[in-house]
Amino acid sequence: MPTGSRRGSPPRPPAAPRRRGARRAPSASSTRSVGVSVPKLEGYDKVTGRALYVDDLRVPGALHGRTVRSTIARGRIRRIELDPAFDWTGVVLADHKDIPGENVVALIEDDQPLLAAGEVRHADEAILLVAHADPERAEAARQAVRVEYEPLDPVLTMEDSLARKAVLYKRDNVFKEVRIARGDAAAALARAAIVVEGRYRTGAQEHIYIEPQGMIAEPDGAGGITVRGSLQCPYYVHAALMRVFALPPERVRVIQTVTGGGFGGKEEYPSMIAGHAALLAWKSGRPVKIVYDRGEDIAATTKRHAAMVRIRSAVDAAGILLAHDIDVVMDGGAYLTLTPVVLSRGALHAAGPYVCPNVAIRARAVATNLPPAGAFRGFGAPQTQFAIECQMNRIAERLRLDPLELRRRNAYEVGDVTPTGQTLRESVGALDVLEQAAQRAGYAAKRARYARDNAAAARAERAGRFGPGERRLRRGIGVSLVFHGGGFTGSGEVRLASRAAMDLTGDGRPRVLMANTEIGQGTITVFAQIAGETLGVPAELVVVETPDTAKVPDSGPTVASRTVMVVGEIVRRCAAGMRAELEAFAGRGWADGEGFRRLARRHLARRGPLRVERRYEPPPGIAWDDAAYRGDAYGVFGYDGCVVEAEADLDTGEVRLLHVTTAVDVGKAIHPVLAAGQIEGGTAQALGYALLEEVRVKDGRVWNQQLTNYIIPTAADTPPIDVILVEKPYSRGPFGAKGVGELPFDAPAPAVVAAVEQATGARFDEIPVLPERVLRALAAKERR
Amino acid sequence: MAAVTLRFTVNGKARRVRVPPLKRLLDVLREDCGLTGTKEGCGEGECGACTVLLDGRSVNSCLVPAVQADGARILTVEGLARGARLSALQELMVARGGTQCGICTPGILVQAHELLTRARGRVPSEAEVREALAGNLCRCTGYQKIVDAVRAAARAGKQPEKRSAPRAGKKPAEKQPARRPARKPPAKRRAAKTAERGRR
Repeated sequence: MPTGSRRGSPPRPPAAPRRRGARRAPSASSTRSVGVSVPKLEGYDKVTGRALYVDDLRVPGALHGRTVRSTIARGRIRRIELDPAFDWTGVVLADHKDIPGENVVALIEDDQPLLAAGEVRHADEAILLVAHADPERAEAARQAVRVEYEPLDPVLTMEDSLARKAVLYKRDNVFKEVRIARGDAAAALARAAIVVEGRYRTGAQEHIYIEPQGMIAEPDGAGGITVRGSLQCPYYVHAALMRVFALPPERVRVIQTVTGGGFGGKEEYPSMIAGHAALLAWKSGRPVKIVYDRGEDIAATTKRHAAMVRIRSAVDAAGILLAHDIDVVMDGGAYLTLTPVVLSRGALHAAGPYVCPNVAIRARAVATNLPPAGAFRGFGAPQTQFAIECQMNRIAERLRLDPLELRRRNAYEVGDVTPTGQTLRESVGALDVLEQAAQRAGYAAKRARYARDNAAAARAERAGRFGPGERRLRRGIGVSLVFHGGGFTGSGEVRLASRAAMDLTGDGRPRVLMANTEIGQGTITVFAQIAGETLGVPAELVVVETPDTAKVPDSGPTVASRTVMVVGEIVRRCAAGMRAELEAFAGRGWADGEGFRRLARRHLARRGPLRVERRYEPPPGIAWDDAAYRGDAYGVFGYDGCVVEAEADLDTGEVRLLHVTTAVDVGKAIHPVLAAGQIEGGTAQALGYALLEEVRVKDGRVWNQQLTNYIIPTAADTPPIDVILVEKPYSRGPFGAKGVGELPFDAPAPAVVAAVEQATGARFDEIPVLPERVLRALAAKERR
Repeated sequence: MAAVTLRFTVNGKARRVRVPPLKRLLDVLREDCGLTGTKEGCGEGECGACTVLLDGRSVNSCLVPAVQADGARILTVEGLARGARLSALQELMVARGGTQCGICTPGILVQAHELLTRARGRVPSEAEVREALAGNLCRCTGYQKIVDAVRAAARAGKQPEKRSAPRAGKKPAEKQPARRPARKPPAKRRAAKTAERGRR
C-alpha cells in the first residue's frame, strides 16, 4: 500500500515548528505522533550553531594528541629515534609499552594492536603517540619522531593474497569463508540451455562524514577513565577500553558527543582513537584531545571492502532463474576488524531478491597490507547486489527481455524461500517497490524513447549528419531491485541480548534510556515518537537520554539498520510497561501530556522512582544454524526499487545524472520526512560510489587523502531524488517499522550502470564509472 | 610571528582580538571569539563547513588569514537568528529535514543566506540553489531537502537580510569595500572539482 511520499502530503498535518525555549514546556500538541513528521527535536541546536561536537568542547588544561604512523605498508620496526635537536619539553610520549592492559583493539578477533609493537602491517598504522598543550608543538613533535624500518614485500591486491604472495593470516590469508547452498547449482548449470557468466568489481569507499574522528579522554581521579567523542557505539568503545586498561566496567565511562555523521565509519574505529587519547591521558594525568584532520582521517580510518564477484547463471527461455553459482572475494585489509560479518551479509544478499531453486555461494575475505576495511552503510550487501543486478541485466540482454520484466518474473513474494532456506512469511514489498518506482519514473516509455533517440543519433552520425562542435550526448535509464536484512545477521541479536529502559525524570517526564546514538538519522525524534505514542503523550514531552555508559543500559550498537526496528521495539515495550504501571497506580488513564506529568509526579512522590527495563526477545519461529548457514538469516527484509536516468558525453566520457526515483518498503515510516531523508542520503552516497569515488593507493598508502582529489557528490552533481515510501508492515517492528538506514545504499549503483549502458551502448562491470572507464568501454565497443 | 590587534564586527557586535596575522579566520572565530558554530571539515576550502560571510560575501574561513578580516563585517551561523527567534530559513531547515548530522548545516545556512539576500525576494530555481550550494558538502541528506528548504525560505521569508545582516541593508552584498581591493574570496569548490575530474 503506498502512503506518504516526498511530493504527497503526510497523513496528518505536522505540528507547528516550535521555538527554542518552548522546549521544556509540555506542548498541547497531539499525543499521536507515529506517522507524522514532527519537527526534528535535534534540529534546533544544529541550525543555531549551539550543538557542541567534540572539537567544540573546551577542556581546561587539555593536551592535544598526535599520532606517529607507519610510512610503509609492511615491515619490522627497527628503531624509533626522537630528534635530539627538538625541544621535547612538555611533550608526552606513549607507545605500546605504556599500555597497562592488553595491546589490542578488541572486536571479533584480537589481532589488531592499539599501537604497533615491532611490526607494521599497513601504511598509516599507529606506532607512537605524542601530546602537548600547544597543538602546533604537538604536531612539530610528531614530525620530530623518526621510525626506521626493515621493509617487507607487501600484499596489496586480492589476487596476490589468494596466491599467497606472502602469508599474512593463518595459512591461506583467508579471514573468513562462507558457503551457502540451496538445491544443486552445478547440476542445473550443466543441463541448462542458457548460461550467462559475468565478473564484476567494486572499489573501496571512504565514508567522508563531514566531522572527522575525534575524542577527549580524561582520568576520572579515581583510577578510571572517561572518554567523550564522536561515535556510533558507546559500548564497543567501553569494551575496548576495559581491555586496554585492564579496568572493570564501572571504571570506564564513554559518552557520545553530538556526532557529525558516521555511516559505519564511527562503528569500530572510535575504539582506536579513544584508546589513543585515553593512553595519553593515563600517562600524563591530564585531559587529552585528539581530533584528526581530513588527511589523517582518510588515510588511517576504515574503508568499504573492495570486492570481486563472479556469477554463472542458468535461466530458461521464459526468463525464470534456474541456478546461480556465485563466487565472492572481499579485501579485508591488514586486520580482521568486522570483516567476517561484512562478508556474511554480502554472501546472504548475493543472489538478490529473486527466487532461484539452485544456488551455490562461496564467499571469502582475504588479508592484504592495506588499511583495514570495516563497517560502511550496506556492510557487504552493496558489493554483491551490484554484481547480481548487473548480472540480471546481462541475462535480460541475452533473452532480449526488458530488465524490468525479468525482475518482475523472479522477484520475491510472500511464501518464497531464500538460498538459506528462509521462508519469507510477511512484509515482502519487492514487486510493489519495483512497479511503483518504474511507474513514477515513466520507465517503460523513457527506455523505449532513449533507445529510439540513441539509434537515430547513431544513424545520423554514420550518415555524416553531425554538426561540428555538437556534443554527442546520449541518454539512458536503468532499473534495479534490492533487499536488505534488518538487524544483526543470524543469531546476532540473540547474542547481543540488548536491553533498554524507561524511567521518569524528577519533573514527571518519561525518559528513554538506551545506548543507540543520534548520528543524523533522527534517533532522538523517532524514539520520542515511539515512546510518546505508546504512552499517549506528545513526542516533545519525552526525554531521550544522552548515550553515556554510566547512565544507559547496553542496547547494542547503532548499526545494521537495527536501531528503530530492533531497539525501537524494545523501547515500545518499555513504554507499554510504564503505561500499564501508571494506569494500575491511578486506576485510570490520562488525556494529554499534562495529565501524564501530574500522575507521574504523584507516582514519584508516593512510590519513588519508576523504571521499566526490557530485553530483546527473538521473534517466535526464527531459527538460524551458523555452522551450516541455514535458516532465518534476518527477521525481515526491506526492499528498494530504483530508477536512474543519466546522460553520457561520448567524447569526454562524463556522466551527468538527470533524475532518481526510488521506492522503498520501510514497513512503516514512523517519521516520513526522516525516513525519506535516510533514503535520499543513502542514494546520494551510492551515486558517488557508482560514479565518482575511488580510493587510490600508491605503495599501500591512500594517495588521494584530500577532498580535492577524493571526490564526493556536491549539490550540483546530485540529481533531484524522488522518494516513494511503501509500507508493508512487519509484525515484530514497532508500529510495523523495518530497518531503512542501509537499504537505499544498495540500489543506485547498478541502476546508474544500467542507465550509462543504455546511453553508451557499452558494457561496464566495474564501479566507479569514471570518465576514463567510459572512454575505454566505448573504445572496446568499437573494436567488437 | 608577532601578534597584531584586529578589529571587526561579528554578527553586528564589535570585536577586538590580538592574534598572529596569519591565524586562520576559522580559528579566530572559534577560539578567540568563542563562536564554535563555524565548523572545520577539511581545512582546505573544499567542504564549506567553515563558510562565513565577510562583508556580505561567502568565504571559506579556513583559507582566510585573520589579517584580512581587519575592519570587516562578519556573519556566522550564530548571527542568523534574532535572539531566540529563528529565521525562516532555519525553521524550514528543521521542518523540511534539511539538517541531519548537522556538521555542514552552519556553512550551508550561511551560504544559502547569501543566496537569498542576493535574490532579494525572488525564488531561485532548483538548479540555481544547487549551484550556489555546490561548495558546501553534505554527506547525510543527498541535498534534496536542503534545496527544498532554501526555496521554501525564499517563498516565505522574502527579505532575510533584514534580520541578520543589519548593517548590510543599503549596500549590494557583493560589493567589495574600496579599501581592500586585493582581497579575493577563495574560489568555491565546483570549479576546482570539475578541473580535477578532467585531469584524472
